[in-house]
Amino acid sequence: MNKQQAIFDLALWMGDNTLILGHRLSELCGHGPILEQDIALTNIALDLVGQSRMWLSLAGEVEGKDRTEDDFAYYRGERDFTNVKLVEMPNHHWGYVIARQFIYDAHHLAILEQLVDSSDQAIADIAAKAIKEVQYHLRFSSEWMIRMGDGTAVSHEKAQTSLEDLAPYIKSLTLTDEISTFAAAEGIGFDAGRVEQEAWATMQKVLEEATLKLEPSEYYHKGGKQGLHTEHMGFILAEMQSVVRAMPGNTW
Amino acid sequence: MDNNWPLWEVFIRSKKGLSHKHVGSLHAADADMAIENARDVYTRRMEGESIWVVESKDIVASNPSQQEELYDPAKDKIYRHPTFYDIPDEIGHM
Repeated sequence: MNKQQAIFDLALWMGDNTLILGHRLSELCGHGPILEQDIALTNIALDLVGQSRMWLSLAGEVEGKDRTEDDFAYYRGERDFTNVKLVEMPNHHWGYVIARQFIYDAHHLAILEQLVDSSDQAIADIAAKAIKEVQYHLRFSSEWMIRMGDGTAVSHEKAQTSLEDLAPYIKSLTLTDEISTFAAAEGIGFDAGRVEQEAWATMQKVLEEATLKLEPSEYYHKGGKQGLHTEHMGFILAEMQSVVRAMPGNTW
Repeated sequence: MDNNWPLWEVFIRSKKGLSHKHVGSLHAADADMAIENARDVYTRRMEGESIWVVESKDIVASNPSQQEELYDPAKDKIYRHPTFYDIPDEIGHM
């Protein structure tokens, strides 16, 4: 195991998470509850896909096999994607979309706060650019968690149920393996334990104000990073990759 | 019954030193949401760096039917425009 592999592994994981969540949010374009929130989610989708481009390009550079960001996004199969299952979850309803976003944002920010000091300059640069966007994402999703939790009986119930449904998918954001542990030790990656602690502190602070409850789930899903995904993943890729696979190399 | 969120007017300052300009309106449940919505709707192409919002119902407007009495009297007061001075060349553009 060497540093190049550690950078590749981290860049691919960050790139896959942001790509799939960005795609999920992009599905809502034109379907938001009101125009203003529709644009807000689409902005976040664009931020995430933009970040994904930087991460996947970096992965291609350090891999040294001439793979581009598009090769990673459009010409890999389901088993080659390393994203966590959380980001594949469908857009059931507004409360669910926001809860999914809130959980991801809290972890995303805690991860980037460490990556801005990465010993690898390219990682630190991408993190520094992304962190401003993610601070806003968290602000947006936190505001909405509070509005829903502390809103009407119906909005509270929907938000609470969404959090409970998503709870078993949270831990996957801070699972470690041999290579991520190596990356953390080398100062390239992030300390997952610290991310977990900070993300939960962030979430609990907001949820308290929202009068909502969230506990770490005793049972949790893993496998996303190893290419084992939920039944939703195939449909995401089918939609995301169909055009480029039908017309490979086409541009406009 | 009106189920819509209240309407807010949005003002954006494009850069320091300029004043806030009205850019449009949007719906939001309260002031915080209005600022966030304004950020998402009206500053996504780097239009500005400061946002004001005010609920549309709080804007007091002049009455269009009083157009003549309010504005017509200014029409023949051309001496209010500082156009009768000779500006020395050294001053340049003012």
